[in-house]
Amino acid sequence: MTRIETLWVYLSTQPLLWLTATMAAYAMADRLSRLSGRHPVVNSVLLAVIVLSIILAMTGTDYRTYFEGAQFVHFLLGPATVALAVPLHQHWALVKRSLVPILGALIAGSLTAVVSAVGIGMMFGMPRDVLASLAPKSVTAAIAMGVAREIGGEPSLTATLVITTGILGAVMVTPLMNAMGLKDYRARGFAAGVASHGIGTARAFQVDPVAGAFAGIALGLNGLLTALIVPALVRWFW
Amino acid sequence: MLEAIVLIFLCQLAGEAAARFLGLPIPGPVIGMVLLFIGLQLRRTWWPTSIAAVEIPVGVVAAFLLGHLSLLFVPAGVGIVSHIPTLTAHGIGLVVALVVSTLLSLAVTALVFAALSRRFERSDQP
Repeated sequence: MTRIETLWVYLSTQPLLWLTATMAAYAMADRLSRLSGRHPVVNSVLLAVIVLSIILAMTGTDYRTYFEGAQFVHFLLGPATVALAVPLHQHWALVKRSLVPILGALIAGSLTAVVSAVGIGMMFGMPRDVLASLAPKSVTAAIAMGVAREIGGEPSLTATLVITTGILGAVMVTPLMNAMGLKDYRARGFAAGVASHGIGTARAFQVDPVAGAFAGIALGLNGLLTALIVPALVRWFW
Repeated sequence: MLEAIVLIFLCQLAGEAAARFLGLPIPGPVIGMVLLFIGLQLRRTWWPTSIAAVEIPVGVVAAFLLGHLSLLFVPAGVGIVSHIPTLTAHGIGLVVALVVSTLLSLAVTALVFAALSRRFERSDQP
């Protein structure tokens, strides 16, 4: 083995390498996203994921080795969720005033997400366990996987569907809202949070602080509502 | 700043403990968010003249974390790439379901929000 190969063998098993790669890929993706004026298709999550996947494939690195390093970034999702309390507190007066739209949009959006996904799945004749994995796809992964397990779905399939939904929502929300002529950042952010959980919320924070605050509320409330209603809907109608 | 990070971790820890202990279907960090929110609200009630939450260390740490929220989803995103074939294993149906359902739920949520806000907020917004 040459010295370079020996060095690679050593570094590629160290958490530092893949932690650095994750942050570097994101920093680059975020810079491109900024340069594009936060164009919805130049989504920083999507771009960083593509770049890292190519690097992992080219170096023949498996996900377990990658995650040894990336876990330190992944870990911060918990503290970031706690941190959503600050924008919620900051915009509390606006939130209180918007209570009726919040609750109405939450119920309508949450039911639409579940019923439309399962309905389309049924039209394609999908088996029951796939439908059960699909039902909670709009809520944050931890809740969605728990709900899927409870109603006979496959949690790992649900995780894939959740992340894909998040990226789709983050990419589609801005062009869709512009096409509908909706300028209210409360409504836009709230929709991003209901339909596409944390990844939609991350997009909302990039666009507007009020949109971010309302997306954070939507993410929490839809997680709660889905955890409560999906198992109940399954018991009643299935 | 260090105390602010500890406070956020403590909220999450208390949330995880509460979720586990009470067998709640809600993730610990979401309960932690509620705890921190209650704390910030109490602070404003008890010391109404104190500086805004965004300017205290907890606010600064929160702004940093939320400013880079997209980064935190990258490891999970990389994780699903190897599962992308499972999305098409059941035909094109799952992809159609995800795209159409996400579009519909975005549109319905935003339209209901806007409609209710026009209907119910006129009185207190002169």
